[in-house]
Amino acid sequence: MADKTANKKTGNAFTNNPLVKLIGVQKIVVLLVLILLIVFFRANSTAFGKYSTLLSIMDYTYYLAFLAMGVTFCLLTGGVDLSIGTGMFCYAIIGGYLITHKDMPVIVGILVTMLLGLAMGTINGLIVTRGGHAPFLATLCTMMIARGLGAIATNSTSVTWPAYSAANGWTRRIFKITIGNTKYPLGLLWVILLMIAFSVFLNRTRPGRYITAIGSNEEAARLSGVNVKNYKMLAYMICGLCTGLAGLAYSSAFQSMAPSGGGGIELNAIGAAIIGGTSMSGGSGSVVGTILGVFIMSVLQTGLPYIGLQANYQQIIIGLVLIVAVYIDVLKNKRLAR
Amino acid sequence: MGDVILTMKGIDKSFPGVHALDHVDLEVRRGEVHALMGENGAGKSTLMKVLTGIYKKDAGTITYEGKEVEFSNPREAQDAGVVIVHQELNMMGHLTVAQNIFIGREIMRGKFIDDKKMNEEARKLFDRLGIDIDPTETMSRLTVGKQQMCEIAKAISHDAKLIIFDEPSAALTEAEIEELFKIIRDLRDRQLGIVYISHRMDEIKVITDRVTVMRDGAYVGTLITEDCTKDDIISMMVGRVIYEEGKTESHVAPDAPVVLKVDHLNAGRMVQDVSFELRKGEILGFSGLMGAGRTETARALFGADPKESGDIYVNGQKVTIKSPQDAVKCGIGYLSEDRKRYGIVVEKTIAENSTLATLKRFMKGIFIDNKKENEAAQNYVDILKTKTPGVDQLVVNLSGGNQQKVVIAKWLVRDCDILIFDEPTRGIDVGAKNEIYHLMNELVDQGKSIIMISSEMSEILRMSDRIVVMCEGRKTGELGIEEATQEKIMHAATRRD
Repeated sequence: MADKTANKKTGNAFTNNPLVKLIGVQKIVVLLVLILLIVFFRANSTAFGKYSTLLSIMDYTYYLAFLAMGVTFCLLTGGVDLSIGTGMFCYAIIGGYLITHKDMPVIVGILVTMLLGLAMGTINGLIVTRGGHAPFLATLCTMMIARGLGAIATNSTSVTWPAYSAANGWTRRIFKITIGNTKYPLGLLWVILLMIAFSVFLNRTRPGRYITAIGSNEEAARLSGVNVKNYKMLAYMICGLCTGLAGLAYSSAFQSMAPSGGGGIELNAIGAAIIGGTSMSGGSGSVVGTILGVFIMSVLQTGLPYIGLQANYQQIIIGLVLIVAVYIDVLKNKRLAR
Repeated sequence: MGDVILTMKGIDKSFPGVHALDHVDLEVRRGEVHALMGENGAGKSTLMKVLTGIYKKDAGTITYEGKEVEFSNPREAQDAGVVIVHQELNMMGHLTVAQNIFIGREIMRGKFIDDKKMNEEARKLFDRLGIDIDPTETMSRLTVGKQQMCEIAKAISHDAKLIIFDEPSAALTEAEIEELFKIIRDLRDRQLGIVYISHRMDEIKVITDRVTVMRDGAYVGTLITEDCTKDDIISMMVGRVIYEEGKTESHVAPDAPVVLKVDHLNAGRMVQDVSFELRKGEILGFSGLMGAGRTETARALFGADPKESGDIYVNGQKVTIKSPQDAVKCGIGYLSEDRKRYGIVVEKTIAENSTLATLKRFMKGIFIDNKKENEAAQNYVDILKTKTPGVDQLVVNLSGGNQQKVVIAKWLVRDCDILIFDEPTRGIDVGAKNEIYHLMNELVDQGKSIIMISSEMSEILRMSDRIVVMCEGRKTGELGIEEATQEKIMHAATRRD
């Protein structure tokens, strides 16, 4: 009976195509949806086609891309990090406060932002792996802590990082550079480079391999001699560092940040990862898919106002998109559970 | 004993590839305790599942209270008065005792649940049974024994006429068992029919009136308990089948060194003071009935579960094994009984699974050397004759036998000297089984040593050089293959010291 079923036929002509197999069905679908969205917005609004719109899509893309790539690691282990939204604001506000109110060099602000992210990621990892808390709860708690921390450290003042034209405003030029009279979305380069680095990390290195193996079957990985706790810990630390990066990207793209803000952004980031094919139950997903999901989010967020749908409608539409994406995840899991 | 309440006749049931029940008969009278006995996989549970409508029978008749019946689900059986008290308790720990007993049929007052009335009714029920439990107590605060009593009370509150006890004593203390027996005798005196499934020979003699023995899905016979001895029952359970390929002598050299020594290992109730030695090139069989503590012993030894005390020596050196990582470093590999849960990562490829325990050796700098990894995986696909189109195939798409080979490959790639095979052929068809046996023999010929946990008597006798028998967390016997017989093993496996 076993041998007859050794080669179960799965999929159809499309899914068995070598190129499709290489890229993955979900990524191709998401890419098509993304193209459709852009075509749709262009057809319905001439303003959407402008170069300035592209720049504004990119502003929404950078911070979300860093957050989503980071949280992809947590999701891959079967966990989650809810502290990244408020965390991003908290770290960037504290970093910015040091520059604008304490006259510290910009580089100190950047380092503080990054290190705070890494520290919080480490704390999350410790609570989850050593304390044994469920990731959802552990990071819900640190989310609250981050919310309070930002406000206390800055005396509840809003913070704006140095402006584009200011002498110490060079952080903004990391993401958007002006050559001649044109602005170029330089940040896209960093996002793509990090995406490639993370892809290689996940697919070609031991920690990457173990992180997905843990999410797929933690007990099997443990019984194979994998130090499950340490690699989970690593995933949360990467996520924390990415949150710091996202803080930089956010403060470079936008104006003032209010303390204790940022709540809800973590859900956009997690949503982007899930749209990109990362499973909520862990074990499968990719950063490339996550980036595609991020673009769906940022195109929707930028495009919907152009066809007259304001913020409240955006929320509803993003919610509906997520339901569909999660449903695909459920279908995948059903197939595996056979 | 009164008149017949239940007659099952010629019950037949097949699952794909397995003839689980082969024309089995069972007759239960009012006012009797009827033991149902047999080795693991003899078909006792399947028979009871057919009775209560969990499985649909292929052939045969069930006559209950004089009428032919076929329950389509446990609820229907329950309504007719046939209830099972399961070995695993199906209780909701956060609810009270009374809430548990009346779950699904709460006593209502208007639109609201009447907890007061349910507590009263539960108290009456307990009084009737002579059980001392507070109905308002939270279920999870009771001992396992008391929870079992609640389960029984719940069964009786359904106006049961036939109660099936599925290994009720497995988790109970001596005193609790006494109390259980008191209740069972009381139920018998009220002319209920009782089916009692247990592996404990001593209990069978104490509590039951008749014994029906099953073997390999077939009915062997029914005896009056008083008239038979323990040996009679055991010989019916094991049968007279000669396994032609059974080992007759140990293949281990007399001077082979001890590669693994486990000394007074303790880990909870299921591993109590277990000691044994494994020698180079030996297959050490671990036999015993379900719940004997064999898997628990292996897991504690491997560091998968915490141990309380005990020393482990590998090649004469005392080692500390606190996690599977430590065990792997000592050259021990563990092939779990539950492949899907513990053995493989189903959404990953054969190659990825094969190198999971050894990834360090397949690196080029900080990167995984996919070519080398694939070659190694392919090498073991060839050696183990794993049937797959390629090593990039996801493991989820393989059959059980081929998945098992991937797990074996994982530990062979690691080059472990000590391998623990926990139920290596469970859920695997005959052809693949033989391949795995061959492979195990080849491995010991190469100087590796194997601990093989198996619930199949034929497998134990065919493969082992020496046999350790366990019962309820203790080692109750150790036999060389020369002296081992099914009867001797079964004696040790049902011994309670």
